[in-house]
Amino acid sequence: MTYAVRSAVVRFGDTLALDEVSLLVEPGSVVAVVGGDGAGKTTLLRSLVGEVALERGQVDAPAPTKIGYLPASAGSWPALTVAQNMDFVGGIYGLSGKALASRRDELLERAALQHSTGQLASQLSGGMRRKLGFSMAMLHNPALLVLDEPSTGVDPVSRVDLWRLVSEAAAAGAAVVMTTTYLDEAERAASLLALDGGRTLASGTLQDVLGTFDGAIARTATPQRRHWAWRRGREYHEYWPAATDLPPDDIAVIPDLEDVVIALSLLRGHDLEPVS
Amino acid sequence: MVLLRASGVGRTFGSFTAVQDVTMRVGPGEVVGLLGANGAGKTTLIRMLLGLLDTTAGEVELLGGPPDRELRRRLGYVPQGLGLYRDLSVAENLAFTSQAYGTPPPALPESLRPVAGRLVAEIPLGLQRQLAFVAALAHRPEVLVLDEPTSGVDALARAALWDTIHEQAEKGVGVLVTTHNMAEAEQCDRLLLMSQARLVAEGSEADIIGSTTAVAVRTGDWARAFAVLNQAGQPVMLAGRDVRVADADPGQVRSVLAAAGLAADVVGVPATIEERMMVLARAAERA
Repeated sequence: MTYAVRSAVVRFGDTLALDEVSLLVEPGSVVAVVGGDGAGKTTLLRSLVGEVALERGQVDAPAPTKIGYLPASAGSWPALTVAQNMDFVGGIYGLSGKALASRRDELLERAALQHSTGQLASQLSGGMRRKLGFSMAMLHNPALLVLDEPSTGVDPVSRVDLWRLVSEAAAAGAAVVMTTTYLDEAERAASLLALDGGRTLASGTLQDVLGTFDGAIARTATPQRRHWAWRRGREYHEYWPAATDLPPDDIAVIPDLEDVVIALSLLRGHDLEPVS
Repeated sequence: MVLLRASGVGRTFGSFTAVQDVTMRVGPGEVVGLLGANGAGKTTLIRMLLGLLDTTAGEVELLGGPPDRELRRRLGYVPQGLGLYRDLSVAENLAFTSQAYGTPPPALPESLRPVAGRLVAEIPLGLQRQLAFVAALAHRPEVLVLDEPTSGVDALARAALWDTIHEQAEKGVGVLVTTHNMAEAEQCDRLLLMSQARLVAEGSEADIIGSTTAVAVRTGDWARAFAVLNQAGQPVMLAGRDVRVADADPGQVRSVLAAAGLAADVVGVPATIEERMMVLARAAERA
């Protein structure tokens, strides 16, 4: 059973938050939705879980009791302890007694939170709080796991922990969709969807996205067209939409996902303007 | 002149050691990346370098002297929370900052002109971050300290922010930047890795990774390989459909898989910075 949002159009007042966006989530795999603030990631996930109504399009999702949702904001109650947060959510899903206790303990141990059960959620570091929120979303063993920016602002070690937890859930058969601002996470997912201003920039497996990319990316110390170039380390990458325009002396690099996402954003008419 | 210097710096809070024996420097025109997990001591170190917190051991220097208000006038600082007033407009924020530093208000870049009159709380994060930069650069500082400057923004906005950072470095400004995004390590001239209050590595990405290695596993049944290795207590990650195990021995990984009846391509590879940090964190937990 593939879960999906198909050709979704969502409007908030005058703003077109989603413009014909489609998302497919297969059981046993992780889909990454990547884009910056305002791209439409949260709106897309909220459409999938039924929190936002579509103006047009279709949603194929399981019953709410089979969905685990971690929103972009904390996902846990700050004034409750780690254990209380888990027990509270477990109770909502009808878990109790020994069944609840053993499921809770198992999840907390996997998230390396077993020594923090008595701590208030507000006292946890950002990464630990996200892991708690994740564990809460997993309590009832959902078929569809929906995670909104689980790793934004999280330290690298906790990010690796979170990724491991996400992979475990997918390996156990859940359909997982997560949004992220990190391109390396999108590269690691089974498939990705890049959003920009409510529209799809690119979608598919990493190979699809890189393989269908048109144009060339040159590595150069002195870009010819400042508006089409950005820094990578000490040098620049410059995008030539028509590969034949690439100056003969410039070295063409094999584009990675960052190159593709930036190039496609530039094609869409955005601007790379240094602030100073 | 060295713009930021720490010599054998330490800081304790009661019985807790936040920073221990850290020696580092940032010179003109350098972009130095400060990496480390939560609790490693990065923020405490920065606060001491800026003179916002006293050291309990060692010395810090900002622009050649003990950090004070006068010296801080020549510094630009963008903290994690951006340091903007959310209930003032874009223009009001810049007016406030320019009065505080005694400099004329800067010109707004094109991207911020349409929202000059909007409250900061109402503009998107990418524009908030740009505004924080404009405010920090308006008094032409000689040194910049940036705490996670690109968290939460998209690839294009990230590239634009790094363009600004590099432009400043080319003008001779020294930049100390912290980031949780290891892909940004390649943007820095030099890296510093902190773990458990200490500076554990310094230099290029390869210096930071050190001798840590990982094992990459490629197999048709990635889900089972992942589950089997995870069960065996190995620090596993997924990269696409490949399974990676940090700090492991290829032979050992092969036997664990073979015992579960799995055939796979198993090869030793260099670790990533995140994997080095994970290995350090595990070692600290065991200690």
